[in-house]
Amino acid sequence: MKLRTLALTAALVALPSLGFAQDAEVPAAVPTDVVWIFNTLLFLIGGFLVFFMAAGFMLLETGLVRSKNATMQLTKNFGLFSVAAIMYFLIGYNIMYPLGTWAIEGYVSGLFGIARLEAVGVAADAVDDYAYASTGSDYFFQLMFCAATASIVSGALAERIKLWPFLIFTAVLTGVIYPLTASWTWGGGFVAGAGFSDFAGSTIVHSVGGWAALVGAIILGPRLGKYKDGQVVPIMGSNLPLAALGTFILWLGWFGFNGGSQLAMGSIGDIADVSRIFSNTNAAAAGGAFAALLLTSILYGKADLTMVLNGCLAGLVSITAEPLAPGLGASTLIGAVGGVIVVFGVPLLDKLKIDDVVGAVPVHLFAGVWGTIAVVFTNGDASIGAQLFGIAVIGLATIVMSAIVWFILKVAMGIRVSEEDEITGLDTTELGMEAYDLAK
Amino acid sequence: MKLIIATIKPFKLEEVREALTSAGVTGMMVTEVKGYGAQSGHTEIYRGAEYSVNFVPKVRIEVVVSDDVVEAATSAIETAAKTGKIGDGKIFVVPVEQAIRVRTGETGDDAV
Repeated sequence: MKLRTLALTAALVALPSLGFAQDAEVPAAVPTDVVWIFNTLLFLIGGFLVFFMAAGFMLLETGLVRSKNATMQLTKNFGLFSVAAIMYFLIGYNIMYPLGTWAIEGYVSGLFGIARLEAVGVAADAVDDYAYASTGSDYFFQLMFCAATASIVSGALAERIKLWPFLIFTAVLTGVIYPLTASWTWGGGFVAGAGFSDFAGSTIVHSVGGWAALVGAIILGPRLGKYKDGQVVPIMGSNLPLAALGTFILWLGWFGFNGGSQLAMGSIGDIADVSRIFSNTNAAAAGGAFAALLLTSILYGKADLTMVLNGCLAGLVSITAEPLAPGLGASTLIGAVGGVIVVFGVPLLDKLKIDDVVGAVPVHLFAGVWGTIAVVFTNGDASIGAQLFGIAVIGLATIVMSAIVWFILKVAMGIRVSEEDEITGLDTTELGMEAYDLAK
Repeated sequence: MKLIIATIKPFKLEEVREALTSAGVTGMMVTEVKGYGAQSGHTEIYRGAEYSVNFVPKVRIEVVVSDDVVEAATSAIETAAKTGKIGDGKIFVVPVEQAIRVRTGETGDDAV
């Protein structure tokens, strides 16, 4: 298999002298066309893996809500993904990637309007960036990250928010809030200039989604009956097999999320790094899941599957800011700390009477902050000051913009269903369509 | 004739059924029920929040037997359902005025 792979590479780079691995004397330069093609392929593969995370989020959330709200959760997930795709096309992509054209240098992109692809059958001399990858693959890959940010919000606000105010918030989040705050780092803005390092988006994607979810959950208020006489009343998920499958799907998708963020696959160094990232990402997920499994067993006497699922995702979020530099051991530990954060973070939110149905805030925000700080342990180029600066600036901006949008929606149209509708369930009252109706 | 109502731990159902059959009981009704007695439920933890499970799952067995079988039937249930731990259940015996077999019209002890 190894030799066949080498032979294939040799054929691709048209270098007959590279016969056997041991005989390779001088590393061959890979032709730019081939680099461009391989980079593009990485974005396409990474992109469809991250796309599948949308299914993971949807199943996880639907499994953790009560059966009377399952169809609504499915509808919101399809709605939010569609809205994200439209908004990113209309304005988001160009707000996120100014390509050096700023309206306010380092802060606001000077590029407005719709995303555009390269021409049909474009030739090498006419592509947008011959040193990088196809615009279509980059657009596709980046859009999936934008949609993931919106997916994070829907779980926290489940079982009580109205459909349309949620989708309007999603439109602002995916069209403006995420692209703008992401442009400050990945678009070459002022946060990147300050030395902030966030490889695949522990802060830029996950904590932005987490902040938006937290602000929304506070403004929306808890589900009826969740906090009674100072006590937390657990509201059980209705379908744990769905939630567990969703989490494994997210785990799979994360290889594309982090691996694709290498942004290059045209050299031995790059593909070796992508391989490191896959392995580290996997290690962190395992670390997070196992830490939650062990900790809930010790603390509660019994393992709590929903915490194990959250712990796995927290491990993944934790490694996302730096999945390349650590080794397997460090990655496992970074993920494990994420799992521990979740086990303590979920009850902490409940103590504050903030009702986050699926644990999105501990997973994406708390573990996202941890992962962003943890970069300094393994990446010598990162500084704690720059990391904290990035976390604070992006967090603050997201809080302010999210709060404004949520308040406007609350005043203008109301964001919460009526008490009666909430008790009856959103499936029948908002949609007139039940999820589990087959037996009738 | 007597009606014996026994609530037992669900996992003991098969043992109790075998014991009753050995004691000469030829039929029974079984229902899955929830309830509590001296055990008065227990607590569980979901996502870090403790909650009490007030109603514990039990199996309710109902058999109607002639008076001379009552002693054997109740002791069969008692022996088979016993674990010695809290929540083993209870057995009630109540008089039955009449029994009628629908198919043949037989009554009394002949019908049970």
